[in-house]
Amino acid sequence: MDAVIDNLPTFLEGFRNTLGLLALAGIGAFILGIVIAAMRISPVGSFRAFATVYTEIVRNTPLTLVLFFCAYLLPYLQFSPGYFQLAAIGLTVYTSPFVAEALRSGVNGVHVGQAEAARSIGLTFGQTLSFIVMPQALRMVIPPLINVFIALAKNTSVAGAFFVFELFGAARQVTNDRGDAVIAILLGVAVFYLIITIPLGLIAGRIEKKVAVLR
Amino acid sequence: MTSVLYDVPGPKARARSRVISILGIVLIAGGIVALVVVLGLPKESANGAVQPGLWDASRWDVFNDVQVWRTLGIGALNTLRMAAVAAVFALIIGILFSFGRAADSAWVRVPTTVVLEFFRGMPVLLMMLFILLVFSTGSFWAGVSALAVYNGAIIGEALRAGIKALPSGQREAGLAIGLTPVATRFRIEFPQAFRQMLPIIIAQLVVLLKDTSLAFVVGYNELLRSGNYNLSQFFGNRYQFSFFFVVLVIYLAMNLSLSWLARVIARRTGSKSGGVTPTEKRDGPTKPGDPNLVYSNALGAQSTGQPS
Repeated sequence: MDAVIDNLPTFLEGFRNTLGLLALAGIGAFILGIVIAAMRISPVGSFRAFATVYTEIVRNTPLTLVLFFCAYLLPYLQFSPGYFQLAAIGLTVYTSPFVAEALRSGVNGVHVGQAEAARSIGLTFGQTLSFIVMPQALRMVIPPLINVFIALAKNTSVAGAFFVFELFGAARQVTNDRGDAVIAILLGVAVFYLIITIPLGLIAGRIEKKVAVLR
Repeated sequence: MTSVLYDVPGPKARARSRVISILGIVLIAGGIVALVVVLGLPKESANGAVQPGLWDASRWDVFNDVQVWRTLGIGALNTLRMAAVAAVFALIIGILFSFGRAADSAWVRVPTTVVLEFFRGMPVLLMMLFILLVFSTGSFWAGVSALAVYNGAIIGEALRAGIKALPSGQREAGLAIGLTPVATRFRIEFPQAFRQMLPIIIAQLVVLLKDTSLAFVVGYNELLRSGNYNLSQFFGNRYQFSFFFVVLVIYLAMNLSLSWLARVIARRTGSKSGGVTPTEKRDGPTKPGDPNLVYSNALGAQSTGQPS
């Protein structure tokens, strides 16, 4: 136990970097995901095709490979803004199709009759989306979206293997120093992760329940 | 294939959308071509040495070597072996978890819930490191057990949701014909829940296959380590991009075929959902649903993928 308490500053620094990665990549993935989702439901065929191909390729690439590309190959191609930023870019790219899929499934989850009713009273495409479909879709989308961000929080740990000093990196460093207290250290780090993921999960569950009642 | 979101376009709108579509194609294709060309240009590094572009033959000639392909093949086999072993254990653990979570006695249910939440909230990578250091199992079993436990927890949740979504009449009928509660769960509820949740389970297995690459970090010789790391260390930096490219293609081939299988099974077991976007396949007019359910289709819509 003392190994955890002694190294608390190290863990807190790692925790800060984890939160930073989560925030940066979360915002980036959200913006990119909205763009991809919009392309995917747009009437323009070529955008739809591009977004579909992008989603399929990125979703089926392991995160480790994406981060490997960011950490080893981008610097080799003379693009090196620092490992933290590179990891944030990798996580953004990796998470964006999941955000897009969550958004799209929300739009698909709105019953066809809603859109048909909107169309039949003469609303245009933009009006149908912004007044009828999106308000319902957003509500349904929030729980899966939170799940995506929970996964992102866990995925930031992979960045620790690629030269970013976050919680997993801190765990590796401290376990190297204190080989006698491995269990305590790793459980301590796990608690830090659970501090992020469990409250988010509870929020998602609560919103899900609320939405279910509203329907 | 028409979408209900907009009218069937007239000649003017069709012409306009065709123009936008062509512009889009030109834009996207132009971007890709520009990327390929830029990558292919010879680069000058900081010390003034000029290196050949990434598509230059001198960067790809290693692939004439049979040993390289053998190494890649062994890496891919190792990845598949880990995924297969972990998938079997994950299914077993998932079934156990789902029974624990759905148990009648709180003495079983509450501890299972706590353990499950703990495993679901922890990064797989941390679990791998934990198992490797604490139980000193070696990297293969560290990877397998971490993947099995984590994915087992998620599959268990999916199965539990499946059991819960069954009409309560199923269980009551089972009990009424004199089956014990355990037998009811095994022979009546579980098979239905499993079939219902099969698409989600397979999607999770795709995630598992992808996550085997995390074993790279604990030193297991899978595709990523043997392909990208060992080979490019051995042959030098020059081939780094080429190796990355080939490894990416192998991964995509494996994962896309499994995803495709998942989709085929999902279509066969048929969770039919009507969407408002044009990409969904729709067969005929939608059937009138249960009038008590406002969103009968929304209930059937399930997300097919889950991030790892």
